Amino acid sequence: MEKRVVFQSKWLPYALVAPQIAVTIVFFFWPAAQAVYWSFLVQDPFGLSTTFVWFQNYAELFRNQHYLDSFRITAIFSTAVAVSGIVISLLLAVMADHVLRGALAYKTLLIWPYAVAPAIAGILWAFIFAPSIGIATYVLKRYGVDWNWIVNGDQAMLLIVIAATWKQISYNFLFFLAGLQSIPRSLLEAAAIDGATPLRRFWTVVFPLLSPVTFYLLVINIVYAFFGTFGVVDATTQGGPAADTQILVYKVYHDGVKAADLGGSAAQSVILMIIVIALTVVQFRFVEKKVQY
Amino acid sequence: MVENRPWFDFLAHAILVLGVVLVAFPLYVTFVASTLTFEEIVNVPMPLVPGDQLMANYTQVITAGSNKGSSAPVGTMLFNSLVMALGVAIGKIAISILSAFAIVYFRFPLRNFFFWMIFVTLMLPVEVRIIPTFKVVSDLGMINSYVGLTLPLIASATATFLFRQFFLTVPDELAEAARMDGAGPLRFFWDVVLPLSKTSIAALFVIQFIYGWNQYLWPLLITTDESMYTAVIGIKRMIVTGDALTEWNLVMATAMLALLPPALVVVLMQRWFVKGLVETEK
Repeated sequence: MEKRVVFQSKWLPYALVAPQIAVTIVFFFWPAAQAVYWSFLVQDPFGLSTTFVWFQNYAELFRNQHYLDSFRITAIFSTAVAVSGIVISLLLAVMADHVLRGALAYKTLLIWPYAVAPAIAGILWAFIFAPSIGIATYVLKRYGVDWNWIVNGDQAMLLIVIAATWKQISYNFLFFLAGLQSIPRSLLEAAAIDGATPLRRFWTVVFPLLSPVTFYLLVINIVYAFFGTFGVVDATTQGGPAADTQILVYKVYHDGVKAADLGGSAAQSVILMIIVIALTVVQFRFVEKKVQY
Repeated sequence: MVENRPWFDFLAHAILVLGVVLVAFPLYVTFVASTLTFEEIVNVPMPLVPGDQLMANYTQVITAGSNKGSSAPVGTMLFNSLVMALGVAIGKIAISILSAFAIVYFRFPLRNFFFWMIFVTLMLPVEVRIIPTFKVVSDLGMINSYVGLTLPLIASATATFLFRQFFLTVPDELAEAARMDGAGPLRFFWDVVLPLSKTSIAALFVIQFIYGWNQYLWPLLITTDESMYTAVIGIKRMIVTGDALTEWNLVMATAMLALLPPALVVVLMQRWFVKGLVETEK
């Protein structure tokens, strides 16, 4: 879509886009180009000289068991966060759409976690599940569960999944609720008159109509789990125990900032960039066409 | 609905109440912990009713930080968070509204190229270019400064899209009338476009304020000086290894202080928040 009426000026449009373009070049494109360039370099242990090594950093990454493990961990983590977040918020949204009384109050009480920083969400849950003093730990112990995420990798994973999902529920909930409210009442009433039970109406009418929203949220939640959860991990497990919760984003940070492996970290950054680009393309192709139903 | 199923209404309320309770539980525990003494918390299980240390804990963290972890006062951190959140929100809105105006209301060479440049920033989150961006900022001497905290984050594809979409819905007659009356583009922008965009600006402001306030990785990298910590970073620095040593009462008071401002923004500006969230993601 284009405007018919436009203004004429030789210099003004450039001046107007200049601030945004300057920021994108200096802080986005230049660093991204650097990351690509560094990913082809190897630095000697003292940081004195660098050698151009083509794809050696990449080849090493894919031979490195820790990196492959990190891929597997990220896949488990993002699937768990996306699926549990979507299921819980869909359930809540369907119920909130159904009730007449108190709908606004429920909505207000469910959306505020969106405002909590991922790192703080991590700390809140880490405190509840703290191995020696946590209130949930205390309850679990009484039921004979030995809970200590500091040493148990599966429990550490469960902790970051809970914290990351908790923070994301409000976002999913709002999108599902908006989707539900745009479904024509007449469709549901027609189905009800035909004798369809609420459950049957959900599966045959509501859920298919929500498929575009669900698909959109699936992509957004995966992006969130990949990149938005750095704070959750850093504030709780820091990738541990061993490297059981070291998701890809955390490994880039760990290898680059803490272990100072410039080339390896840059190569990981480039691989992550390719993943974001793929996810963004999927998301925008969907927005253009919408899912068919 | 055409039917009446009381058991289903009851079930719906029951599930919603359970959901609300589960969502609010961590916040409640945090609040209770922030009103207790250190001894009450480490004496398992901690009580689930508020204690009497509310004033003492909050006064201590705001003015003096924690005893065993970082001793930077949280008052300063909250101020830093506020500067960062406002800087990011206002900066993003300002530069995005200007570039969207140029892209919609002018025809000029490279117009599409600039639009795509802005679009591509969506695919380059801080997390994937951590170290090179840090290097650029440190070469520019922006470490431990408000400029360093905000400027690198203010490019915004989503805000630019939102304004572009909105400008495309503004009737052409307005621009025509303005031109006939002899108003230049800047005059038109200031007197017509900006007042019309108030709703979009408010919606974006809420989303971007929260985004700025909750930044973690970026301030973690570029603030090495305690006096520049934001609240979210400050909490992390108060936690010392071993959960029986951390002064959880103080950490939790800080957590409450760090999450209240953005949570209040969401609850009080709910209408703008929902609008901003749903529209920026389109």
